[in-house]
Amino acid sequence: MLALVKAVRNGIIDENPVFRLVLGLCPSLAVTTAMVNGFWMGMAVIFVLTCSNLFIALIRGVVPSKIRIPAFIVVIATFVTIVDLMMKAYVPEMYKTLGIFIPLIVVNCIIMARAEAFASRNSPIVSVADGVGMGLGFTLSVMVIGAVRELIGTGNLNLFGFALFGQGLGSDPAMVAVLPPGAFITMGLMLALINAAQRRKAKASVGGEA
Amino acid sequence: MAVTRPMLLSASPHLRAALGVPQAMRDVVIALFPAVVMGVIYFGPYAAAVVALAVVASVGTEYALCRLAKAPVTTSDWSAMVTGLLLGLNLPPTVPLWLPVVGGVVAIALVKRIYGGLGHNFLNPALAARALLVAAWPARMTTWVSPFDGISTPTPLAQLVPRAAEGLGAPPAYLDMFIGNTAGCIGETSAAALLIGALYLLLRGVIDWRIPVAFIGTVAAVTWAFGPLGWFTGDFIAHILAGGLILGAFYMATDWVTSPMTRRGRVYMGIGCGLITVLIRLWGGYPEGVSYSILLMNIATPLIDRYTAPRPFGAARR
Repeated sequence: MLALVKAVRNGIIDENPVFRLVLGLCPSLAVTTAMVNGFWMGMAVIFVLTCSNLFIALIRGVVPSKIRIPAFIVVIATFVTIVDLMMKAYVPEMYKTLGIFIPLIVVNCIIMARAEAFASRNSPIVSVADGVGMGLGFTLSVMVIGAVRELIGTGNLNLFGFALFGQGLGSDPAMVAVLPPGAFITMGLMLALINAAQRRKAKASVGGEA
Repeated sequence: MAVTRPMLLSASPHLRAALGVPQAMRDVVIALFPAVVMGVIYFGPYAAAVVALAVVASVGTEYALCRLAKAPVTTSDWSAMVTGLLLGLNLPPTVPLWLPVVGGVVAIALVKRIYGGLGHNFLNPALAARALLVAAWPARMTTWVSPFDGISTPTPLAQLVPRAAEGLGAPPAYLDMFIGNTAGCIGETSAAALLIGALYLLLRGVIDWRIPVAFIGTVAAVTWAFGPLGWFTGDFIAHILAGGLILGAFYMATDWVTSPMTRRGRVYMGIGCGLITVLIRLWGGYPEGVSYSILLMNIATPLIDRYTAPRPFGAARR
């Protein structure tokens, strides 16, 4: 049980795919113009990552290692197709917004990396926990980036149809935050902040031992 | 045998020039003074407030961030003040007063200090901040007014290049554009004031003539060749005097940190800036391209330096 909690926690904090491993940057930069986009993107990734981790862990004994990558891709593509069709059917508006980035989950580095580095060498149950943790880590990261960009770029925060600040903060939001440059600037500053916090933590622990 | 001074032992060079960073930066501030005066005469005390706030925000941010990082406070090298002045002069005279403050903070914090301060920034801080402000508040950054009466007017550049569905407007007289009696950013309209300052900088040896001459020469040649009415009919004098070309070529493309070190490289930098400026002005989506051209060539500067590095005497050819 402890191993499962640890695997989930690892995905959210210690090895957060976006902020610590710096993987999956394409959707993290491209669809994070609003927090809600980040949420749906994250849901899709959690589903694909959890299911593909489970299946890859199940078949890892029978797939010859020479053809493991094509086998992983077939498994991942299956679940991406499921998500793609589901979202098209049930959340068509969001499907339109996320566009090409849903099918592109097939080639998402996070999912390939977890299949290769984790699911292909661990038991199915731990692999599922890893998938959930990594997926949650990704979801939280893109939601935070989306929230910051939405807040600065539009002066408001849309919580599933409910505007947090009513008429919006100020009359003059900095539009650049929801444009591509804003994605890179926000991402860079957040990475810098997290690295600084990490460094401070490391320094504090070294100081405590000395 | 009382030793009054500790002996300094260091590697060569041993001769020190009187011209250092603080002196050079102070010279730039002096050189920009006529442009500030003309801007205030044309656009009123409000323009002075815009420029002053940009300077205060830049210097204040530099001071605060140095203290925060427990680094030596570098506000006394005048460089933050130059950044603030250039930023203020690059803003339209109609912007709300919080905009120069945001710009100053962005220029110093995001473009300069975050990379390690003066000498480590790869972009000109004032220009990068301007580009960000244009992307963030496009309408506010392109609202132009005529001098003295403050009636909203297009800039000479908008009249110089025919856009879709618009005819060729009549640009202002050369004399008005030379003394600065046109719409534009606070410090860019008066070519005369900028040239007086530029002459001072050239005589003091602060800037190299190669970048501005190559820059302005390229713009003149290409706008003349690709005229609106056929080959070699372009109004290149208006293209030189309009927009931010003189301000950019003499004061910002020549930034020590973000321009090439070699003489040949500086010529390439000027030509590159000129070509990009004309591309944007004549065929691009924006009326003015000086700021983007300089930013793009800033990024190319390390590459230019690498390929124009002189071969040491006797070294083998690569």
